[in-house]
Amino acid sequence: MIRPALSALRGGPVLLDLRLGSFASFRINVRVLAICLLLLVVVIALAAWAATLGSFIVPLDEVVRATFSESTRQFEFVVVQLRLPRILSAILVGAALASSGAIFQGLVRNPLVSPDIIGIQAGATVVAVFMIVNGYTDRYIPLGAFGGAVTAATAIYLLAWKGGMSGNRLVLVGIGIDALLAAGTRYLIVKFPVQQAQAAIAWSTGTVYGTGWFDVQVIAVALGELLPLAIVLTWQLRVLQFGDDIAYVLGMRVEPTRLALILVGCALAAVAVAVAGPVGFIALMVPHVARIIGGPMTGGTLLLTALLGAVLLLGADIVALHVLPVALPVGVVTAGVGAPYFLFLLYRANVRM
Amino acid sequence: MSGVATLPATGARWRLALGTGLLCALGLLVVVALLSLRIGSVGIATRDAIDALFNYDPNSYNQTVVRSLRLPRTIIGLGVGSALAVAGAMMQATTRNPLADPSILGVNSGAAFAIVNAIFFFGLTHPYQYVWFAFLGAGIASALVYSIASAGRGGATPVKLALAGAVVTALLGSWITALLLLDEQTLDTVRFWLAGSIAGRPIEVFWMVLPFMATGLVGGLLLARQLNVMNLGEDTARALGMHTGRLRLVSALLVVLMTGAAVSAAGPIGFVGLAVPHIVRVFTGPDYRWILAYCIVVGPLLLLSADIAGRVITRPAELQVGIVTAMCGAPFLIAIARQRRVASL
Repeated sequence: MIRPALSALRGGPVLLDLRLGSFASFRINVRVLAICLLLLVVVIALAAWAATLGSFIVPLDEVVRATFSESTRQFEFVVVQLRLPRILSAILVGAALASSGAIFQGLVRNPLVSPDIIGIQAGATVVAVFMIVNGYTDRYIPLGAFGGAVTAATAIYLLAWKGGMSGNRLVLVGIGIDALLAAGTRYLIVKFPVQQAQAAIAWSTGTVYGTGWFDVQVIAVALGELLPLAIVLTWQLRVLQFGDDIAYVLGMRVEPTRLALILVGCALAAVAVAVAGPVGFIALMVPHVARIIGGPMTGGTLLLTALLGAVLLLGADIVALHVLPVALPVGVVTAGVGAPYFLFLLYRANVRM
Repeated sequence: MSGVATLPATGARWRLALGTGLLCALGLLVVVALLSLRIGSVGIATRDAIDALFNYDPNSYNQTVVRSLRLPRTIIGLGVGSALAVAGAMMQATTRNPLADPSILGVNSGAAFAIVNAIFFFGLTHPYQYVWFAFLGAGIASALVYSIASAGRGGATPVKLALAGAVVTALLGSWITALLLLDEQTLDTVRFWLAGSIAGRPIEVFWMVLPFMATGLVGGLLLARQLNVMNLGEDTARALGMHTGRLRLVSALLVVLMTGAAVSAAGPIGFVGLAVPHIVRVFTGPDYRWILAYCIVVGPLLLLSADIAGRVITRPAELQVGIVTAMCGAPFLIAIARQRRVASL
């Protein structure tokens, strides 16, 4: 049964209450839903456009034909083997990073905190680089990256805990951990022979260059499990945002819930790192923009965040690959956009920190 | 009465104790410098190391190694260690922020970014050419970080300064990466330098940056009294008739001078400026005249020890000193962050 909620009459958001029998009900914010659909269209359009671009120009109808039915062998090779994996990787990595950022920012209740600043991506990166240097198969790198991310998150949490949690202390401890792990990554990269150093440096800035269908598979499977889980957990996240005491009074088992959220956030960051390296500032910037557009954190807003992350990273990759005079890693573009945005946020920060 | 004797604060005995401590540290520095001449992929006897200094025999292989490789390295380490430690202490004094450090606040990356640009766009290869770029980059980065962090409510708190510094570092780091990827030649030139290393630099580099470092060090020592007044708090310092803005500006310029020179000589080496003043303060208390004097000695002591550790840990390969200092210094940052005073600031 669907009925519009009354809040629209009071000038609030247009809400739809959706009941499935007597056991489940959803409240859907129509505006957020509409924006999500719009973003989905934008992602698809961008992806189709990106597939036509390059030194070998493929007409749009051939892109569609090569993807869904049959085209000439040449078109099929370029589109299906070369371009689509990169495009899909960018989309999925963007979605994973953005939703990971939303989870951590929600947990810390601080919009200036994200896994790329406080060392969680750095934890995934150092393990991934270690595995690449030592010639582990690609298959294990996502797992290793996840281990690194979880270890880093645990260390940050334990070190920032001092008879209670303080957001500021968490940020500072996180910056320390980030510096420590970045030094480890630098050490591994310096050890590379010169021939591989460029690839390693490109990777350590974050790039979707050279991703294949295997990468797409890995991150699609991971995202397919983690994103729904994250959307389900946003309800708990909102309760946690009232503070531990109130969440406890409301009957929530605070620590297991927080642990679950941290694990999901770490896993999202880790698969993204395993595929594309530590792409910066998506996790930091996108959730903030999504909150401005979509309002407070709900499952719908999280979906919006993920889609916005996908649009942004794909857009950044198109800029990095085609607009700039030389092809650069996408991480350079996201940093070029994200860092000034963050500094602007900090400049205007009216939170006392 | 022993109760009175445990109140040191001032007095001739306290000064004597601090002076003795400084001499001890100096003695330790001499020992570490000698070790730095001895230890490496080729072990060299102390005799050879001393002979290379005072009684040089060009036919001896070992003495040539000391003279041409390890001596420049050690001397550059001495200068860079002092400059970074004093720069860190002065930043901590003027921002009244225990987390201030050239690397945490992005000054190091500003200098490094400017240098990589100078190498890439103008093909400069010698420190005496790009040191000016380093000053420019360090100056712009510190001004940017400080002005962003001090805007808004609460002023420049440690957290805001650290966040602004971390983000500026990340931004400049990614641009450095972009430049390096465009040009393999530049990449090869700066790859080891970028990790922070005092190895393989000719002694001329040191003579080149020495005037700037010396200006910074002497200027810092001359400002020590004013820094003490500043430490009482902005309002008190003003009430006592001090131009706090002018002091901030002058010490910022000195910090830029020292950091730019250090980065030109050895690349961005982090956390020396954070850790050394905190270690020193345990012994000296809050008097910046002593803190800065101790920093000049303890900074190189720490840097050379880290450099020696880097040579020993991964023998026969070497770990860049910047990586060692980051690994030892980052826990320091965490420990400081755990002090209640900082987190609640």
